[in-house]
Amino acid sequence: MENFWTTLLYAFISMFIIFNYGMVLGGVVYKIIARVHGRFGPPVWQPYINLVKVMGVRTAISHGIMFWLGPVFRFTGGIGLFLFMPVLFGVPWMQNFSFSGDLLLVIYFIFFGQLGMALGAAESGHPYSPMGIMRGLSQVTASEVPFALAVIALAAQHGTLSITEIVAAQQGGIANWNIVTNPVATLAGMMAFLGMMMHAPFNLHIAPQEIPIGPPTEYQSNFLSYMQANRAFFASAKLILFMNLFFGGATNIPVLVGKTFSLYMITVFIGVVNPRFTLENSIRWFIRIPTVTGIIAVLIYTF
Amino acid sequence: MTMIGEENKNEKKNFDTELFCDAVPKEVPRINGIIQKFYDWAQANSLWILAFGTGCGSIEMRPLYTARYDISRFGMAPRPTPRQSNLFIISGYASVKTLKRIVRSYEQMQNPKFVMGLGSCTVNGGMYWDSYNTINRLDHYIPVDTYVAGCMPRPEALIAGFEDLKKRIKEGRAEGANEYAKNFEWYKANQKKVIKDWDMPDYNW
Amino acid sequence: MEEMIERIKLKFNAKDINRQKATLVFFSVEKKDLEACVLYMKEFEGYSNLTMISATDWIETGTFGLTYHLHNYKNRTDVGIKTYIDRKNPSMVSINTLWAGARVFERELKEMFGIDFPGCPRVDDPFALEGWDNLPPMRKDFDTVKYSEETYFPRPGRSTKDNVTQMEEKLYAVEAEVKKGIAKTVRKNK
Repeated sequence: MENFWTTLLYAFISMFIIFNYGMVLGGVVYKIIARVHGRFGPPVWQPYINLVKVMGVRTAISHGIMFWLGPVFRFTGGIGLFLFMPVLFGVPWMQNFSFSGDLLLVIYFIFFGQLGMALGAAESGHPYSPMGIMRGLSQVTASEVPFALAVIALAAQHGTLSITEIVAAQQGGIANWNIVTNPVATLAGMMAFLGMMMHAPFNLHIAPQEIPIGPPTEYQSNFLSYMQANRAFFASAKLILFMNLFFGGATNIPVLVGKTFSLYMITVFIGVVNPRFTLENSIRWFIRIPTVTGIIAVLIYTF
Repeated sequence: MTMIGEENKNEKKNFDTELFCDAVPKEVPRINGIIQKFYDWAQANSLWILAFGTGCGSIEMRPLYTARYDISRFGMAPRPTPRQSNLFIISGYASVKTLKRIVRSYEQMQNPKFVMGLGSCTVNGGMYWDSYNTINRLDHYIPVDTYVAGCMPRPEALIAGFEDLKKRIKEGRAEGANEYAKNFEWYKANQKKVIKDWDMPDYNW
Repeated sequence: MEEMIERIKLKFNAKDINRQKATLVFFSVEKKDLEACVLYMKEFEGYSNLTMISATDWIETGTFGLTYHLHNYKNRTDVGIKTYIDRKNPSMVSINTLWAGARVFERELKEMFGIDFPGCPRVDDPFALEGWDNLPPMRKDFDTVKYSEETYFPRPGRSTKDNVTQMEEKLYAVEAEVKKGIAKTVRKNK
C-alpha cells in the first residue's frame, strides 16, 4: 500500500463496479427463476427501479436508534466483506484493503450484518421480526460451521490466512485450484455456500410466504433501500470470496463474471427445483453431511 | 423525506408510544421538476401489492402471479407487509370488521400509496348494497385511485386497471396519501360512524 | 327409520312428523324435552354428528324455530329436531357439553338472532358484528335496507340491470307493460 488515498479511490471504483454487477445479477436471477416457472419475469433492470422507488418514498417511520442502525450494520457487513477481499488477483486497483489474515475478518463480516440486523429488527417491536431473526441466525450459524471447517482446512493446506496468498497458490491452471487439490474442503465449503446465498431450500427466514418476510417486516422507505443495496454487495462479495477460496480466483473481469455467475447459478438452480426446508430440517442437514465433510477435510491436514 | 415518530421523541415515553405514534398524518408536498417525474416513473413501474385479500375478489388476484397472466412483467410483486407495499387492492366486498383492518393496514403504508377498488362491491356495494354489514362506497373511508368494476372482473380487467393506475401515477394525479391527510377529519368521521367499537388510536401506523 | 320414529313418538311425544325423503325426517318436540331428545338421538340412535343448529324467525306467531340437524354415519340418515321458543325472551339450553362444535352455532345464533344460550363459553363474543348496537340483524323486524341506507353512504344513481326484466322489456314490450300494471294493482289493493 504505497498511498492510502489511491487505494481508497480504487476501492470506490471497484465498489461501484461490484454494486452494479450485483444489481444486474439480481435481475438476471429473477428472470431465470421466472423462466423456470414458465413466466416472463421482470426486466433485468428491475432491481434499479425498486431501489429508486424505495428511495423516493416520502415518509419513513423510526422506532429508535437501533432501528436506524440495523440496516447500517447490515450494509457495513456487506461492504466490509467486500472491502477486505482481493477481487482480481494481480490487478493492483482491484485489491481493496486485503492484508495477511484477512480471511478471519471476512468470516467475521459474514456474520456481522446479521447481528446488526437482529438488534435493529428487534427494536421495531413487531412480533414477526424476532421470529425471523431467530430463524435467520440459527440457519446462518448452522451453515457457518462447515464453512469455518473448510476455511481451517484451506489455511492448514496453504499455511496462511491471507486470501491473496491462497489465490496465488492456485494460479497456473485448473490442476492447482483448491477444488482439485482439496476436494473435501471444497465440498464442505460449497454445501455451506448453499445455506449462505438465501435461496431455497435454505431461505426460510426471508421467504415472504413464511413468517412475513422475516427480520425486515417493519423496515420501509430508505431503510429498505440500504438492504436492497446491501443485497447486491453481499451476494457478489460472497461469490467472490468462494471463487477466491476454491476456484482459483480471477485475473480479469470476464473471468470474474464467468466464475461468479456459474457459482451463483448452482444455488439458483438448486433453489428453483427444491422445496423449502423448515428450520429444524436445515439445521439437521447442516450438522450432518456438511459438518462431517468439513471435519474430515480438517483431519486430512492434521495427520 | 419526512420522519414520522419525531413528534413523540421529547414526550415521556412508555412502552406503547415507543412502538407507535398517533400523530395525525401530514401532507408531504411533491418536489417540482424532473426528480419527482423520475420518482413517479419508478413508483409506477415497481408497484408492490399488499397481499391482503379482503373478500371474494382476492381469488382473482392469484392467477395474476401465475404463468398465464404474470404481473411480474410490470415489476409488480405481492408483498406481505404494509410497510413495504405501495398498492392496496381492496378485493371485493368489505365488511365492517374487515374495514377496521383495512384502515389500519392503509395507515401503516408509507406516503405514496395507491388504492385500487376491485369489483362492483367497492364502487356502490354491488350485490351486497342492502347488507347490514358491508360498506357501500369505499371512497368514503380511504381515498381510492382506480376502480375495476365487475363481479368479478377477470385478471385481464385487473391488468387494464393497473395500466390505468400507472398512467395516473405518471401524471402525478395519484396523491391519495396527501388527500387522506388533507381531509383527515372527514375520513375519520366516516370511519367512526361505521366502526362502532373504535378501540385503536386515531391514526395508527 | 320407522321404528326410530315410533320410539321418538313414544318417548318425547314428537309431533309434526315430516318424512321428506327415505333418509330425512323432521319432527318437533317441546322445548323442555329437547336436550334429552338430542342426547337420546346421539347415544342410542347413533346420530353422532351435529350438522348444524339453524333458527327461523316466526314473527307472526311470536316464536323462534330452532332446528337441530343430526346425521347418522352408520345408515346415512338425517333428522331435524325442531323446537319453538318464545320470541320475547329467547333463551335456550346449551348443548355444548354434547358437541363442542355446538359453541360455534350457538355463538352465531346469539349474534344474529339474539337467542341466549346460558352456559355456552364465549357466547357473547361476536363473529362478524364487532360493536353492533342495533337489533340482531337476522330478525324479521330489522330493516336491513333502511339500516344500510342510513349507515353506509349509498351511491346515488344505482340501477339494476337484471337479465330477465331487461330482455323482457326488449323482446316483449307490451306483455312486460301489462305485467307491470297487474303487479302495481295487486300491490295497491293488498
